[in-house]
Order: sequence, then structure tokens, then C-alpha cells
Amino acid sequence: MTGAATENGLAVSCQGVRKHFGEGNTRIEALRGVDFNARFGELSFLVGPSGCGKTTLISVVAGLLDRTGGDLAVLGQRMDDLSDKDRVLFRRKNLGFVFQQYNLLPALTAAENVAVPLLAADVPRREAVDRSKELLSQLGLRNRVDAVPSTLSGGQQQRVALARALVHGPRLVVCDEPTAALDHASGKAVMELLTANAVRPDRAVIVVTHDTRVFQYAQSIAHMDDGQIVDVTRPNGSSADSSLEHVAGTGPADLHPRPKEAVS
Amino acid sequence: MNFVALRMLTGDRAKYFGLVFAIAFCTFLLENQTSIFANILRRTASQILDVTDAEVWVMDPKTEYWEQTKALKDTDLTRVRGVPGVGWAVRLFKGNPVARTSTGKFAASFLIGLDDATLAGAPRKMLMGSWERLREPDSVVIDKAGYVLLFPNEPLQLDRTLEMNDHLVRIVGISDASAPFASLPVMHTRYSEAVGFVGRERTQLSFLIARPAPGVTPQELTARIQEQTGLRARTTREFMWDCVRYYLRNTGIPVNFGITIAVALVVGTVVAGQAFYLFTVENLKQFGALKAVGVTNVRLTGMILLQALSVGALGFAVGTGMAATFFEVMLHKLATRHIVLMWQCVGLTAACILFVVIVASILSIRRVLVLEPAEVFR
Repeated sequence: MTGAATENGLAVSCQGVRKHFGEGNTRIEALRGVDFNARFGELSFLVGPSGCGKTTLISVVAGLLDRTGGDLAVLGQRMDDLSDKDRVLFRRKNLGFVFQQYNLLPALTAAENVAVPLLAADVPRREAVDRSKELLSQLGLRNRVDAVPSTLSGGQQQRVALARALVHGPRLVVCDEPTAALDHASGKAVMELLTANAVRPDRAVIVVTHDTRVFQYAQSIAHMDDGQIVDVTRPNGSSADSSLEHVAGTGPADLHPRPKEAVS
Repeated sequence: MNFVALRMLTGDRAKYFGLVFAIAFCTFLLENQTSIFANILRRTASQILDVTDAEVWVMDPKTEYWEQTKALKDTDLTRVRGVPGVGWAVRLFKGNPVARTSTGKFAASFLIGLDDATLAGAPRKMLMGSWERLREPDSVVIDKAGYVLLFPNEPLQLDRTLEMNDHLVRIVGISDASAPFASLPVMHTRYSEAVGFVGRERTQLSFLIARPAPGVTPQELTARIQEQTGLRARTTREFMWDCVRYYLRNTGIPVNFGITIAVALVVGTVVAGQAFYLFTVENLKQFGALKAVGVTNVRLTGMILLQALSVGALGFAVGTGMAATFFEVMLHKLATRHIVLMWQCVGLTAACILFVVIVASILSIRRVLVLEPAEVFR
């Protein structure tokens, strides 16, 4: 356990995290020593060009991929200390996911989709669905709780996915391009709902995105390139993360990534 | 999560019905072919199984099956009756005379001569007439299929005449004797009449049929008869299997049916297995999402097994219904009479389907277990 991580207000602490795929000539270094922190009560954005390692990083953070080096603590828990089974249980209890393509089960209604994390935790079906309907109502989908995904718009599906990520009260919500498949209005609505419902003092949200239209919702933006964090900015004007104080040029208006060497 | 598994299974109606039909088709093919095969082989021993009075058959030591007989000596009956444990033993004649109608239509037939005094060895089910009328001179009981063969498109009617080996015989009964392997009329008469209806040979005794005395098993009795007389003695069941094995060894039936059954098995199982495997592969993204949100591998394994067993059970039920309907509707003809869907074939098919479903499940489960949950981000 790294209790210090939570004492420092850090939901996620990555120090020199490395990840490669393949071996020999086919070896690809996806993460080259990533230092990345996400604070409780904040919406942390992870941005960068395609193939820079954003998705790999959140997969490692979420315990969906094993890293090949570095230190990682999530919600104060060193992931190395967990067995595979415990990691699944940890994920089930503490993490929520929002995917770019929603990944809703097409045969289930909106409420039943939202209920899946509760069902996985052995909550009785009726109770799980009732709680899901309540949450969907809060997210403005009171009239669509019994609709199947194929009859919902993209924005509505993403709201269902958001409800699924929140229904079990996770302390860390990981979103992968949540607005990429949505028009501007729908994307904005989803981000507002995410901000209103997911950001809590005891909860952290990490959003991977390319969508510059939604950067305004971020409390911190980590820029990635070529498997590394090259810059961290805090648009609300607060100072940069203490662990990244060596990274200069993180003023609120500076949303564009710069190579680490160029700013040091 | 069980309801999630079942909803995933039934959610895509086209895939679901395709899967059910694939398994139903496989079930139908297997049950259909194995039942017909088994019933045809059973026909090789129809006349043995029709004799319900006796439990032991005695014959020449070289006899291998029903069709192949070498006459015993009349004294063999006395020798067998003298074996301790024999309750009773009587003669049974089997010949193949040609029967001819007054219009000239003729057919070779199975003529079975029953003990004059007891009529032991007659099939039980009569459609018209009675066995007692066999005591009349020159009388025979013919099976319905034989009657229809000799008198096509004519109503069943007693007291019609046939000519056999210059003897005019009268039909005094129409039986529901089991269909023989060859589609020949089956006729029963008394032993003393039968030997007259067939061309004279020095000896005429085809078989002896016997029943053990109380307290003696058929197996014990066959052993004693063989030891004391040197004749071959078999229980009814053993003799039936002798016939079945003879045809399996000496005819092309098992090869032809074997190929058909093997093709049905391979095609059916490959189609059914592949359909379920592809169903899982097409749903990998959904399984990945479930893994990501914390559904354990044990739970996912249970979900896939539930899906497989559900669709397997439904497909098997539908296929068995199709096969039962086929046998009920299509095989209620004289030529295919008594060919039924055998419970043994249903059981065998159930085992095959279960095997296919489990193999497909294992392959599917493997795909899901090795699936990186991070796939859902790609």
C-alpha cells in the first residue's frame, strides 16, 4: 500500500511507468517512463496525438494491462500487491469506465446496462435496476430507461454509459474519448453531466480525449507524446502538480504540448 | 448475471435462431440416421424377437443367424427335452416357399411352422382372425404387409387362398408380425403343415425353442444344452445379436450407414460448434466490457456455459421434436413399419450434442479468458 498517495490527495500516482508490446524487432515501447498524477476532486485530461500511449496509460492505470516497469498506485493501492482476482475485484469496486463506442450490451435496456456493475457485485437484480433507473433519471433519461441502445441517440447512449460508470459509486472514473463520437452539443452535455455527477472530493476522473472543445472542463491537462508526459497544464490557473513542477510552461492558457526538453 | 447471459444469447434473434437451428439440424440428422440404422439391423432378428413364449433357441452348431439354417434331427428334440432345467421345448420350422395368388401374383415368403399342439412361437398381435384357426387344415396366418404385397389395393379379407408347392392354403388370420429384413410376406402355420408346404428334404427341423424350468436362467440352460447335446443354444437376446453382428460383418449396411452417420455427425457438430464459437467471438467486445467493469473469469465462464447449455438444450429439444415428427408422419407406411425413434439413439445424440456444446464452450471460454479487457479501449 502507498497510503501516502491518498494522503497527498492523489487518486493515481504513476512514477516512471513503462509498457512495451512484443519482443525483438517487433517490440514497441508504448510507455517510456510516464510520470502522471490524478488528484481527487479533479477532472484530469490526458491529451496527445494518436498512438502516443494515452489509451495504454489508462489501461495500465485501470488494471486492464500489466505495466513492464515503474511504480503505480491507484487509490492508494499498489497494483503489484494484488493478485489477478483481487485486481478484478478492486476494479469492480473502485473503477468506472466510459468508452468511446459506449460498449453497451445491445440486448439489455438502458437501465439493465447501467445495472451491470451492480449485478457483477451480486446486488439483486430488482434493486440494481431500480437504482439504475434512479440514476438515469438524474441524468435526464427518465423516459428512456426501458429503451434498448439501438433506439437511443449517440448522446443518450453515452449518458447511459456514464450512468453505468457511476452507478456503483467508484472512486476513479476512466473515460476514453467520451465525446469523440458525439456532435458538439451532445459532447458538451455529456461533459457537463460528467462534471456535475462524477467530480467529487473523494473521486477522481481521468478523461482521454482529442476533443479540444471540451478542454474547458479540465482541472489539469497532461500532454502525452511518444509514450511520455511532455507537459501538464492547469487551465483554472492553479499551480502544476507537485510531482511535475519540473515541467515549465503550464499556465492556464497554455494548452499546447511542448517537448519536455524544450521547456526545461 | 445469468439473465445478462441469456439476454446476450437471445438478443440478436437472427443469430439465436441460427444457432438453435444448427443444433436442431444436427440433432435431427443424428437421431434420424442412427434410428433408421438401428431399426434396420433390428429387422434382421424380427422373427426371433416376435417369439415371446420361449427364451432359448437351439440350432445346428454352425448356424450364425436367422436366415441360415441347417435342419436338426427329429431326435434332437428329445435330447434337448432331456436336459435338466428345460421347462418345455418344441419344434420351430422356417422355410421360404413361393406363395402364389389365384391371379398369378407371387412372392417368396417366410413360412414359420409352429408346434402343432401349443402353437408356441406365434407373434401376439392379430389384426384379423385368430391363431386358433391355424388348427384347421391347410391354413396360414399372413402378416398385413405380405397380404398387401400379394393382394395389392384389395381390402383385408380372411379365407382367401394361396397356392404353395401345389398346396392350396387358406388365410385364416392377418397378423402384425414384425417386418423382416427382406420385404417378404411372413406366414405362420402349424409345423406339420409347414413341412408339407415346402419341398421335401430328409430333415425339416429348423430350430427348437425352449423355456427354462422355474429357477433356471436362460443362460444356464443354454450352457447345459450345449454341453449335453453339442447343439448351439442361444438366448433370444444372444441370437438377436448374432444376427445383427452377422449383418454388420457381412454386408455393406454398416459402411453405408456409417458414412452417412459420420457425415451427419461431422457436418452437424462442425456447423453447431462453429456457430456457437462464432457467436462468442462476435460478442468478444461485450465480454471485454464485462471484464473491464469487474466481472470475474469464473462468472464469465458460467455465463458462456449457461448460454451453451441453454441453446444446446433448446436445439436438441427442437431437433428431437423434428425427428419424432418425421418418424411419426413419414414412416407410418407398410414398408417402413415398426421403424421408430429409438430412445438409445436419442440418448446417444444427446451425448454428442452435449460433447459439441462443451467443446464449443471450451473454445469460446478460452477466447474470452485470454481476452485482454483493454481491448474495449481499441
